[in-house]
Amino acid sequence: MPTLTYRDALNQALREEMTRDDRVFLMGEEVGVYQGAYKVSRGLLEEFGPMRVVDTPITELGFAGVGVGAAMVGLRPIVEFMTWNFALLAVDQLVNSAAKMRYMSGGQVGVPAVFRGPGGAALQLAAQHSQAFESWYAHIPGLKVVMPATPADAKGLLKSAIRDDDPVIFIEGEMLYNVKGEVPEGEHLIPIGRADVKREGGDVTLICHSKTVTVALKAAEQLAGDGVHAEVVDLRTIRPLDTETVLASVGKTHRCVVVEEGWSFAGVGAQVVDVIQRDAFDELDAPVIRVTGADVPMPYNKQLEKAAKADPAKVIAAVNRVLYRG
Amino acid sequence: MATKVVMEALSPTMEEGRVVEWKKNEGDPIATGDVLAEVETDKAVMELVARAGGTLLKRVVPEGTTVPVSQLVAVIGDKGEDISALVGGGAGNGGPAAQTTKPVADTTAQRTSMPPAPPAAAATESTAPAPRPAPPPGVSPAPSRPGASPTAAAAPGDGDRVKASPLARKIAAERGLDLHGVAGSGPAGRIIQRDLEGVAARPAPGPAARAPQVPAVQPVPAGEPFRDVPLTQIRKTIARRLSQSIGPIPTFYLTTEIDMERVAEARDALNARGEGRISFNDITIKATALALRQHPACNAWWQDDHIRYWAEVHISMAVAIEDGLITPVIRHADQKSLRQISAEAKDLAGRARERRLKPEEYTGGTFSISNLGMLDIDEFTAVINPPEAGILAVGRLAEKAVVEDGTVAVRRRMRITMSCDHRVIDGATGAEFLKTLKAMLENPLALVW
Repeated sequence: MPTLTYRDALNQALREEMTRDDRVFLMGEEVGVYQGAYKVSRGLLEEFGPMRVVDTPITELGFAGVGVGAAMVGLRPIVEFMTWNFALLAVDQLVNSAAKMRYMSGGQVGVPAVFRGPGGAALQLAAQHSQAFESWYAHIPGLKVVMPATPADAKGLLKSAIRDDDPVIFIEGEMLYNVKGEVPEGEHLIPIGRADVKREGGDVTLICHSKTVTVALKAAEQLAGDGVHAEVVDLRTIRPLDTETVLASVGKTHRCVVVEEGWSFAGVGAQVVDVIQRDAFDELDAPVIRVTGADVPMPYNKQLEKAAKADPAKVIAAVNRVLYRG
Repeated sequence: MATKVVMEALSPTMEEGRVVEWKKNEGDPIATGDVLAEVETDKAVMELVARAGGTLLKRVVPEGTTVPVSQLVAVIGDKGEDISALVGGGAGNGGPAAQTTKPVADTTAQRTSMPPAPPAAAATESTAPAPRPAPPPGVSPAPSRPGASPTAAAAPGDGDRVKASPLARKIAAERGLDLHGVAGSGPAGRIIQRDLEGVAARPAPGPAARAPQVPAVQPVPAGEPFRDVPLTQIRKTIARRLSQSIGPIPTFYLTTEIDMERVAEARDALNARGEGRISFNDITIKATALALRQHPACNAWWQDDHIRYWAEVHISMAVAIEDGLITPVIRHADQKSLRQISAEAKDLAGRARERRLKPEEYTGGTFSISNLGMLDIDEFTAVINPPEAGILAVGRLAEKAVVEDGTVAVRRRMRITMSCDHRVIDGATGAEFLKTLKAMLENPLALVW
């Protein structure tokens, strides 16, 4: 199996889907001539031409609306946001148009579009450019939210998102684009709504997604040296949430820590904890603890930024608490 | 690639070992698991086995030499291999003990790489009402939280409400346990899963449970073999005050005299069957084990911050050996027949005198018995074998004139003295145990009841 970067795995998914279905096209800022701000669309303009790889002006609300309209009349647009921070301007199109169209047309008109780009913090991009917005979109009925953590998942989930008949919010990670991993060639599809156990263990469940999968795996590795076997559950899809996998793991370990990059209040982890306390109440030996980003605008200062992010040390401290270890 | 053979810790307390006899010569082929030498430890003569195969290249120490644990004693490798570097500089170093601290070092490194006071107050959130700073790894948040220490179990004012995790409640319901009286080790005395390990469906040790009930001699229920109970404040105070007064193990002694007529008759009858001889000691072991089942408060280990109450009864039996003493253990003595106990006691005592006991055969007892009756001692006090909380000193069987129904009669009597660790056993607790034991021996049919 070839080893690819996350970036190239996405590129492969785009190329394969654009080859397979000529209704699929890509639009966004710098996706064509510049080949993508993060080079995810490298080579696509040359291969598919300017009708299918469209450079847009810096007008997020405008081109998101064009994407919704194109999807409504039968195309399969992939709208790239340079980052999800910039997509704040397009929220009206995503929430009021993309998410509502099938419902408000009585099922007559769907919006088979993918909105994608990197979310969350990179390094020292400061408060306005370091935000994790998955819980915003996951809040909206009518939107699916997908957040792959590995190159193989990135390819398999992007292909599934492009083929999905409803709008999919596809959140990548700037810090993930260079991550390498084995990626199956060709028709590799991962169903939306299926979590993945990235590491098995019997003592505690670590639930995570996107960049925090790496954080959780590092914590699990260190805990293993200390005799604690953590199971790492990568949600992969935020909505629809794979409650079955979450509950099966908590039913096995009886203790759970939920890790996410974003803020705590009304975050993705809050939803996960809600499911666990309701449907796995009798399995819990300790309250579920969340490890999240600090409840502040992301500091620019390097040390403060580091302190504000979820990291393996914080996960281990939380694990010790749910295990009642000193 | 040559492999070092080092002196291994062959018993829990072994610090050095003497190579009694080499079983292999230099140049002999060696397979993993082969016995290389016999080693005398502090307790027994044990076998040192090969952990790797090859050829025995070098016996580094001669027979009769005593070396500390982890020191090089031999080298196994390929024939003709140059081992001068190993034999020259290796002795005393490079043993397995040299590399055991890695996980600790990792934790420390990680701790020091954390900012001293991370402004991550909100970075971990729990169901607690107020957010608190995430504790750095390895540092317990408990001490700063009032009411979070394990001893806060059953805090006054809680009334009948039992604090238990949902999982603990589920387990309790499934196994029919009463959570009242179970000490919780979680925050504010919350009962969690691990607190139920060892709490099988049986009464907790305490005054109510000590009444001689029929179920007391049923087999040990399924589940863990013991239950750890955190110290209550009164037990802590008793432990601290009495240790100040009398020494690290505040011991007191209880003596009683037992009429052994009926035991003697029963023993004579059993021995008359010609199927092996039962000794008074065997009968005392059996009766003690059964009495301990009714008095779990005396079948316990002092563990510094908690008391371990055993559901299983393992009797340590003091055996005099040349230059010393060892206590082989008769496991599950309460569940064994007299014949089994008798056979096992003979075997263990015999091998103890030959110093051929394995460590697991002389560790893990829950209560001890020392018998000097055969040496004509009337009565004596025995020294407690920690962490056990009690030891019974058994004197000789002697004919005595006793007043019975207003007349003087000659009866065979035996005096026993129990040494009790007062941190675990109180006077009345020990006395009630002895009362049960005395009643059993005076009516030996109770042994088969």
